Amino acid sequence: MNAEAAIQARGLTRRFGDLVAVDNVDLTVARSQVYGFLGPNGSGKSTTIRMLCGLLSPSAGDIQVLGLQIPQQAEQLKRRIGYMTQKFSLYEDLTVLENLEFLAAVQDIPRAQARTRIDDLLTRYWLNDRRKQLAGTMSGGQKQRLALAGAVLHQPELLFLDEPTSAVDPQSRREFWDSLFELADAGTTILVSTHYMDEAERCHRLAILDQGRLVADGAPRELCAALPYVVWLVDCAAPRRAQRALQQQAGIVALAQIGAELRVLAASTAWDSDSLAQHLRAAGVDAQVRRGEPNLEDVFVAATRKPASVAAGTSATGAGATGAAA
Amino acid sequence: MSLRRLFSIVLKELRQLRRDRLTFAMIVGIPTMQLLLFGFAINLDIRHLDAAVLDQANTARSRELVAELAASQVITLRHALSAPQQLDDLMREGRVGVVIVIPADFENRLERGDRPAVQLVVDGSDQVVQQAARQLAAYPLARLRGSETGLIAGMEVVNFYNPERRAPVNTVPGLVGVILTMTMVMFTAMALVRERERGNLEMLIATPVSPWELTLGKVLPFVGIGLVQVTLVLALGKLIFDVPVRGSLLEIYLAALLFIIASLALGVFLSTLARSQFQAMQLAFFTFLPQILLSGFMFPYAGMPRAAQWLAEILPMTHFLRLIRGIALRGATLADLWIEMVALAVFSAVMLGIAVTRVSKRLD
Repeated sequence: MNAEAAIQARGLTRRFGDLVAVDNVDLTVARSQVYGFLGPNGSGKSTTIRMLCGLLSPSAGDIQVLGLQIPQQAEQLKRRIGYMTQKFSLYEDLTVLENLEFLAAVQDIPRAQARTRIDDLLTRYWLNDRRKQLAGTMSGGQKQRLALAGAVLHQPELLFLDEPTSAVDPQSRREFWDSLFELADAGTTILVSTHYMDEAERCHRLAILDQGRLVADGAPRELCAALPYVVWLVDCAAPRRAQRALQQQAGIVALAQIGAELRVLAASTAWDSDSLAQHLRAAGVDAQVRRGEPNLEDVFVAATRKPASVAAGTSATGAGATGAAA
Repeated sequence: MSLRRLFSIVLKELRQLRRDRLTFAMIVGIPTMQLLLFGFAINLDIRHLDAAVLDQANTARSRELVAELAASQVITLRHALSAPQQLDDLMREGRVGVVIVIPADFENRLERGDRPAVQLVVDGSDQVVQQAARQLAAYPLARLRGSETGLIAGMEVVNFYNPERRAPVNTVPGLVGVILTMTMVMFTAMALVRERERGNLEMLIATPVSPWELTLGKVLPFVGIGLVQVTLVLALGKLIFDVPVRGSLLEIYLAALLFIIASLALGVFLSTLARSQFQAMQLAFFTFLPQILLSGFMFPYAGMPRAAQWLAEILPMTHFLRLIRGIALRGATLADLWIEMVALAVFSAVMLGIAVTRVSKRLD
């Protein structure tokens, strides 16, 4: 096993009754990385994070976090991690300062040290003029900065963030991600779950979860490069009609209208630009087809596609990416 | 108004109700409990009041009188005394509610009829016992004397501890128990559930805080609040209603402290059952009802059937009521009433014990 890894999980599984929320997930997160969890709602992101924090015992599997065996050594781990929950979980009826003072005491930070640390964080996260404001009366972005300040107060080596930007406007999201990279630069390992593609793209490395299974794992660029499909951009007068014409065709993985253009994700062996254009012409659509660059959304769509017929292609994505990373 | 819209709301409400298992259970549970409590347990006729007899005459007629009174079933004779000193002790310790005192010149008094032939010494700290005494005192003594007629000798009721029979003297100490039960159980149960309901708990359990630091930390402020409430009720009782505190004030606070702990333990236990603050409130109410009704605060403990008395013995309020009435009104000491303290301590330990196992489970 890799001693340098911040997180190492093998065969991680969690069942809730009949439901398998997390299914045999292998995971390795290197130190000082921003590692992303990308997946639709209910794909097991939160459950995985809770198990890695030691809040939830796995039904099966082996977890090592910061060299500690989890959940057996979870109490030791708690001093070294920060955890920001999906829902704002500080006290809405305490002020910003009261919340942070409370957390500092809970984390056993010496009083004098806590004061300077809190001042420092209030400045860094633009909360200085909000000290006396009740947390419940702040905006989504402010609450989220406060939650981040609370999670990093004790300078954790490892930070878990569960969909931290789901209730925040785009500007605040950008600022928030800047803060995350600042922390990563200072040596903090960050595991963040999201369902925003632009956020996933910014991670050093990414795991895509679908229905509890890890369906792809790698650096965003590697994942795009390893995509076993080709992206075609179809420019035509009637994109809806073109979409209908291609919908049920073999070898077509995904279709999405982007503005006036139709984005086609297709198996490279089944289609090329000529055969696409021909097929469309036969359906009465005059179209220009050109090659597009695969992006993370294509990877995501390919990896989380429901029909079993593409399962082979999906696992190829994972294997390819892992190979490239090694 | 659209009937369809109205109906859809009714339907939605019923569906939500069906899924809220606890509320659903309460809809059935509360009336059932009330019916059983009021129907069986609450009996305004007093029977089987613990009593003692101090028969200083010891004649055939005095023994007949005692037998007659016992046959009325209002009292159950527990002790036969030989000296007046024993009477004070038994009464203060709360072991008897009534003592029949037959003076040495009983026969004389009966014949002359100028002075009451029998004294009924009554524990005035309990209103219920006072009523029972009046019932007994109405017993026709004339029947005893067979052929000798025309002479009237009555029974004299001596009201210990509350000679003027003022209601506040009886109710105010008991009210301390009612108020503590209400606030301690409900507030703690709700405060603990609130943490979970608002999602603070998930953040907290990822920190070094242990579940017991959290529980204890949340519960401790209520101990202080409870003691403030005790002070408030006792002080107002003294100032406005002139309710006496005959025993040691320190011992009253000690008893109250143990009762507060028992109530908090119950609250913590309830919080492990409830998933929302609303459910916590319902559960607190569910335990509040029998405490008020069975503890002896509103209805006579002596009149309840055996099963209800057993249930009452489990409830902390029953024991606290005996403690505070004993200490405040009868001047008893904790040493006299140690068994009630033991009962409260056992209740607290059991409740906390159950809660401990449940708290650690809930956090997984």
